[in-house]
Amino acid sequence: MNILYFLIGCSVLVALVFLGAFFWALKSGQHDDIYTPSVRILFDDEVKNVTDEKSDNNHISD
Amino acid sequence: MSNSTVTHQASVCYHCGDKLPAIKLSFDEKDFCCVGCQGVYQILSENNMCNYYAYNDTPGQRIKDDGHFEYLDEASIITQLINYKDKENSIVTFYIPAIHCSSCIWLLEHLYKINPAIFSSRIDFLKKEVTISYKHENVSLREVVEVLNQIGYEPLISLQDVVKEKGNSVNKQLIWKIAIAGFCMGNVMLFSFPEYFGLSALEKEFQYLFAWLNLAFCVPVTFYCARDYFTSAIASLKQKFVNLDTPLALIIAVLFIRTAVSTIFNDGPGFGDTLTGLVFLLLMGKWVKQRTYHHISFDRDYRSYFPIAITTLKDNREKPVAISEIAVGDRLLIRNGELVPADAILMKGDAWLDMSFVTGEAEPQQKVLGEIVYAGGRQMGEAIELEVVKPASQSYLTGLWNKEFYKTDFKKRTFNDSIAKYFSIGVFVVAFAATGYWLWQNDSAKAWSAFTAVVIVACPCVLALSTPFTLSAILSVFDKKGFYVKNTDAVEKLADLDTVVFDKTGTLTSTHNSEIRFEGNLTPGEKLLVASLLYNSSHPLSRQVLKVLNPSKIYAIAKYNEVVGKGIMGVVNGRMVYAGSKRALPFEVNMVSSKENSGVHVMIDEVYKGCFSVDQQWREGITSLIGDLSEDYDLKVLSGDTNKDEQMLKAVFKPSTPILFNQSPHQKLEAIKALQAREKKVMMLGDGLNDAGALKQANFGVAITDNINNFTPGCDAIMSGSSLGLLPNFIQLSKDGLTTIKISFAIATSYNLIGVYYAVQGTLYPLVAAILMPISTITIISFTSLATRYFARKNGLK
Repeated sequence: MNILYFLIGCSVLVALVFLGAFFWALKSGQHDDIYTPSVRILFDDEVKNVTDEKSDNNHISD
Repeated sequence: MSNSTVTHQASVCYHCGDKLPAIKLSFDEKDFCCVGCQGVYQILSENNMCNYYAYNDTPGQRIKDDGHFEYLDEASIITQLINYKDKENSIVTFYIPAIHCSSCIWLLEHLYKINPAIFSSRIDFLKKEVTISYKHENVSLREVVEVLNQIGYEPLISLQDVVKEKGNSVNKQLIWKIAIAGFCMGNVMLFSFPEYFGLSALEKEFQYLFAWLNLAFCVPVTFYCARDYFTSAIASLKQKFVNLDTPLALIIAVLFIRTAVSTIFNDGPGFGDTLTGLVFLLLMGKWVKQRTYHHISFDRDYRSYFPIAITTLKDNREKPVAISEIAVGDRLLIRNGELVPADAILMKGDAWLDMSFVTGEAEPQQKVLGEIVYAGGRQMGEAIELEVVKPASQSYLTGLWNKEFYKTDFKKRTFNDSIAKYFSIGVFVVAFAATGYWLWQNDSAKAWSAFTAVVIVACPCVLALSTPFTLSAILSVFDKKGFYVKNTDAVEKLADLDTVVFDKTGTLTSTHNSEIRFEGNLTPGEKLLVASLLYNSSHPLSRQVLKVLNPSKIYAIAKYNEVVGKGIMGVVNGRMVYAGSKRALPFEVNMVSSKENSGVHVMIDEVYKGCFSVDQQWREGITSLIGDLSEDYDLKVLSGDTNKDEQMLKAVFKPSTPILFNQSPHQKLEAIKALQAREKKVMMLGDGLNDAGALKQANFGVAITDNINNFTPGCDAIMSGSSLGLLPNFIQLSKDGLTTIKISFAIATSYNLIGVYYAVQGTLYPLVAAILMPISTITIISFTSLATRYFARKNGLK
């Protein structure tokens, strides 16, 4: 049953990793705007014209 | 946005959706109501951005005047506005009130198509903010703003933006605390389960480990998550006053000490699960209470009303200067539609100032040369020159904010705080009685466990939870109906009022639904003549009258002459037509109309035809509102306007209602103070800057507005004008909310009594506490949400 000591340690560690992940998400601003991304994802990609050469190079990158 | 399946209708403007006037503009087989709308369409179609019109029908907004953005070239102003700057890139965030649909998001996030130097733009839809990154080598801040303005999304740049406060950090810290408390609670529960189900001999060896682990998880919860309760309790005890945090802090401390003692001496399980669960729930309640409206600001002052910069004249050269840098003696140039930012003397030009927002007077005032012009007036007409006599921060108007005379002592203690005292005393009496009994019985072990158990089980956490949950449920009912209350404490104040004071202009009347009426006679042919003349003027009144006339054709005009701020004249179809203010009429006229100083007067060929006047309209449902309110409340009207509407007001209000006219902002404030001195609890409804002092002083200040994004003075709640008729229902719901809280308190007390029965005997097993607390919490939260729903329906708000 001594293996339980190890497993308990593991479970606490895994839980701490998730807590850390939550804090990382909070700090990097993922919870700041919870509405706009849901609209943004619905916009269609534009059909590229042959004449239209460079406008998409500057597409939003972040 | 609501019915996006409806395809574009021919009778409305393709861009903004307004009804098309008889003379419409056509471009690309699409109809537009004005040049502005057509212009936006042209820009978008040139840049291949017609997707804007694909996501929503008529997503645009009517364009107002061309803005003057020269001030955005000033380096000192730029550095105040931008968030970040490096060698190549700048980042700036603007508040854009016009953002309202998904098309807006699409358009503003594709600004790079219009100008590639604006390489990224991100919208926060709920806050109506756009964050723009641009290469400042290739495009200036002014050009960025001008691009926004061209496509109909003018950012609101006010003084308050410059001094943006970062109010978000407090909230973020609370989320950190909730996350940690939740994490600890989950783990403590996990390690407590074996204890609940009973331990076999084999598992006994783990008991020691679990207890220590639980204690370890309790440490951050007690000393980090629950820290505010201790500091708040100590602070209130120092002032010899008991708030709700005092018993909470005591319970948390007792729980922790007892858990630590039983862990260290290895005598049975501790209360780790109760402790972490309690702190987690308390923090959740706090979080619910702190919910705020991102898009509404309740603490606006003059800084968000004034623009950020104004044009000054130095050596006959125009130079934009930040408002805060205006000094006494500066020469200011105020164009049509601009605000006077500081008290100043009129030096040049014809000043017609719309002071309705400042004084409540509905009609523009004329000022003569050498007269003092107070800050806050909006110039209507030609550009004027002023010399500053007082800096902006010390003007007559801003003085209302700077004075330190506002209430704090009037602040009523909330239901929670007032009951916390009796609650604490009750708990201590029972706890010490139990301890005393067991000491008398010579059983000190039981005395200790009885004392701690009573304190633990009598937890007022339900009180701390039922209030925020009930009141925030009420807040969301309110906000669906266009009534935005600042916070949950304000809802409690709303329930406890006995006097309602109204402002007139903009509150009882609506400035937006004003109706144009013509006094006199005009034949259809003459109407066309007048319309043709007005067609050439860009004055707001001309546009309004033209909209009403809605002519089918327009004649050519000769000898057109516009005297800015006075009137226009010209020869139409061979006949001399004149339209403008009465004083500037070319001939003396015997006035039949009551409108001496306002309105558009019309003359054709030396014959006075009559006058278009703008009537203020009473808001809908005023009569029934006043009828409902006068049963339970003392009413009063404080108007900054002249007494021309006295008869109409008398018809609506009871004869005994005091109605005062010509009230200055300071008189309004003094009137509220006088009522409060007579122990009255006053609600003030107002809209303009002239009510700002009174709104702030009143126990509950409500700002009425027709557009939630417009400027409103600082207040406890913002109400959209159309919801004014529901005011009695709002008040009733807040009263019912307090009843709900009291009932839930009674329910919680009955749970506690069961717990106390075991606790005084010293036989409270941790499991009982761990079960009792969540059960009572769940009961209360479901009761409050059901009761709120029921009451909302009863009051016709759902």
